[in-house]
Amino acid sequence: MITTSKLNLDFELVEKARNVAKVIANDTQTFINAHTTTTIERTICRLLGIDGVDEFGIPLPNVVVDHVKKTGKIEKGVALYLGNAIIHTKLSPQNIAEKISQNQLNITDIPIKGLSEIKEVLSSIVQKNLDIIRRNKQKREKLIQRYGEKTQPLIYIIVATGNIFEDIVQAQAAARQGADVIAVIRSTGQSLLDYVPFGSTTEGFGGTYATQENFRLMRVALDQVSEEEGRYIRLTNYCSGLCMPEIAAMGAYERLDMMLNDALYGILFRDINMQRTLIDQYFSRMINAFAGVIINTGEDNYLTTDDAYEAAHTVLASQFINEQFAKLAGLKEEQMGLGHAFEIDPDMENGFIYELAQAQMAREIFPNAPLKYMPPTKYMTGNIFKGHVQDALFNIITILTNQRIHLLGMLTEAIHTPFMSDRALSIENAQYIFKNLKDLGDDIIFKEGGIMQQRANDVLNKALELLIKIEKEGLFKTIEKGIFAGIKRPIDGGKGLDGVIKIDKEYFNPFLNCMLQELNLGDDK
Amino acid sequence: MGGGLYSTDKKEFDTNLDLTRIKPYGDTMNDGKIQISFTLPIEDGDNAIYAAIELSKKMGIEDPSVAYHKSLDENFTFFIIYGELIHSVDATKIKAKSVKVESMTIEEINQYIEENIKRKLIVIGATTGTDAHTVGIDAIMNRKGFAGHYGLERYEKIETYNMGSQVSNEEFIKKAIELKADVLLVSQTVTQKNIHVGNLTNLVELLEAEGIREKIILICGGSRITNELAKELGYDAGFGPGTYSDVVATFFIKEIVRRKIL
Repeated sequence: MITTSKLNLDFELVEKARNVAKVIANDTQTFINAHTTTTIERTICRLLGIDGVDEFGIPLPNVVVDHVKKTGKIEKGVALYLGNAIIHTKLSPQNIAEKISQNQLNITDIPIKGLSEIKEVLSSIVQKNLDIIRRNKQKREKLIQRYGEKTQPLIYIIVATGNIFEDIVQAQAAARQGADVIAVIRSTGQSLLDYVPFGSTTEGFGGTYATQENFRLMRVALDQVSEEEGRYIRLTNYCSGLCMPEIAAMGAYERLDMMLNDALYGILFRDINMQRTLIDQYFSRMINAFAGVIINTGEDNYLTTDDAYEAAHTVLASQFINEQFAKLAGLKEEQMGLGHAFEIDPDMENGFIYELAQAQMAREIFPNAPLKYMPPTKYMTGNIFKGHVQDALFNIITILTNQRIHLLGMLTEAIHTPFMSDRALSIENAQYIFKNLKDLGDDIIFKEGGIMQQRANDVLNKALELLIKIEKEGLFKTIEKGIFAGIKRPIDGGKGLDGVIKIDKEYFNPFLNCMLQELNLGDDK
Repeated sequence: MGGGLYSTDKKEFDTNLDLTRIKPYGDTMNDGKIQISFTLPIEDGDNAIYAAIELSKKMGIEDPSVAYHKSLDENFTFFIIYGELIHSVDATKIKAKSVKVESMTIEEINQYIEENIKRKLIVIGATTGTDAHTVGIDAIMNRKGFAGHYGLERYEKIETYNMGSQVSNEEFIKKAIELKADVLLVSQTVTQKNIHVGNLTNLVELLEAEGIREKIILICGGSRITNELAKELGYDAGFGPGTYSDVVATFFIKEIVRRKIL
């Protein structure tokens, strides 16, 4: 790894920026700690073992939470009512949920037993189900140990046929061709659903639904190829949208390895209410932390609407903030796949040099983070021949600056979701460059006071300035003003605000408390 | 498949350009040279190569040569093929309906609106349906624009509303009625299995049902949109990739005046 800074970065400024970002995150965390959301309550149901759908196809976690919302005080949390109901009925959470769905039980009108008794009865279920997640984490570690960890960049590809069974064919082929990480693209629009669909799915637009069964099917398929190839193939999905923590829980149950998990992305690009998604993000990240999942953040997207050269500092500022939010949720640096992207206009003189400076800067500032680097998309034109070269330049940056999670660019970007052959050609391109340029990064130094050193320090300075501004205004106000990606979002606008709940003093989330302890976050709070 | 880099075969064909019978061009007029690539769901090997050659012949490719083939997975093989196309078309009989508008500058457009329409125009844009890509509509509408062409937000005489992505046709129309829009811009960037066609048609039907189709200029744009397709679907114009805000604005201001929607 890097021992000295190629960019001659001012690490005192880096430290300063980190501290300002910490204040920003802590401020927001105070707000987060005072709230829960409907999807967090549904996640608690799922983690207690409630699954399945009612006769109308409504997921039982939704049935239970809606029931408590209608008849009781959701501010106290579903765990209180469920625990109390277990004591009275001696039924499992799943049976209780079924009875609620059949209108045979109202868990909010049972006299509440003592809080400590309720917590105790829940505790064994909590531990039993968290054990499933602990075992998944251990299994992943064991498999990686057995096959050996790849040291070069992980080749990340997407499958997006819209049918999970077709996705499996594509994913297995891609893995055999050399892909290390498979992301199953969700149906567009899923992020706006306030429930998680159930069972395997063979439809969707631009992808298929994230469901627990789809997760399971793909995991089995990839484990099979891992075994054949002697290489651990990682599985990724999307912990974003209105069901962030529920998807984190499902992923933890089914041993997903990575999750896109970024509130800012949802706020800016899916118009999800900022209060809602920041609260959701906290618990979802904690589940990911607990499950050993690497999160991917979405800074790369800023550059699809904003200019990559002019807005470079917003990416860095956001990475600093995301790092602090991740820490608060118990994620280790090794689990922080901070995002950025190769989106400089190809017509810009020296664009490659600026891009190299930016990527190297991210590498030096976040040395232990498995950075997630996104390929050119904005300036891909349909000219597949030039596109292949654009992707080649992107591949060069990755290998020179040791990016970890390399989302492979496709020559047919801007035309269609990838064909099997598009993927094969792109993997070939990346492997060729990774092999030929393997140690070049270690062998070159950057010119003192040259374009790259100047550029990186300039971006760092601007990022610090921006962070100081955000600290003054607060994160919510900053987003309202459209600082990120040039998109403005009001604090009371967007989708999902009605799911935000201010918690009662009796409220408790049995999983949060347990995970906090195990992730050694007790004192930080 | 080889045969060396240079073909020594003598081919007899007329090398004069004949617009009534045009063919692809490699390095000699009328040589018909084309390249294609595709994947067959079949194991790599001699059988696969013959299958690819047969398929190419059925496409009208003479002397197809498999320049490259590679196994993508156990039962999938990728091919790159070169050959000579036997087909030709009469270019003199083709009449593409491309939008013929000269593009005016921002100042000229503002002035044109001031002199001929005498009020601010209201333009609403959205990426409709399930498409989550805003890159197209942003390039046209956002102040910053694209590739040095400022977006409509920057035009003094145009009031813009960019609704973003995943906007339903119903929501879009509701907004159009509420704001008394003059122009609707619909973007469709990446869609699967041609759903954008159904979605675009549905919008026209809903606008007609609301009785406002004639009162507005309806324009669509996107990576797979052509003016011809747009007209067929009942739009006033369609713009493909590489179109900037000035071209779109020039079109709709002139169309408003032409149709007397003043």
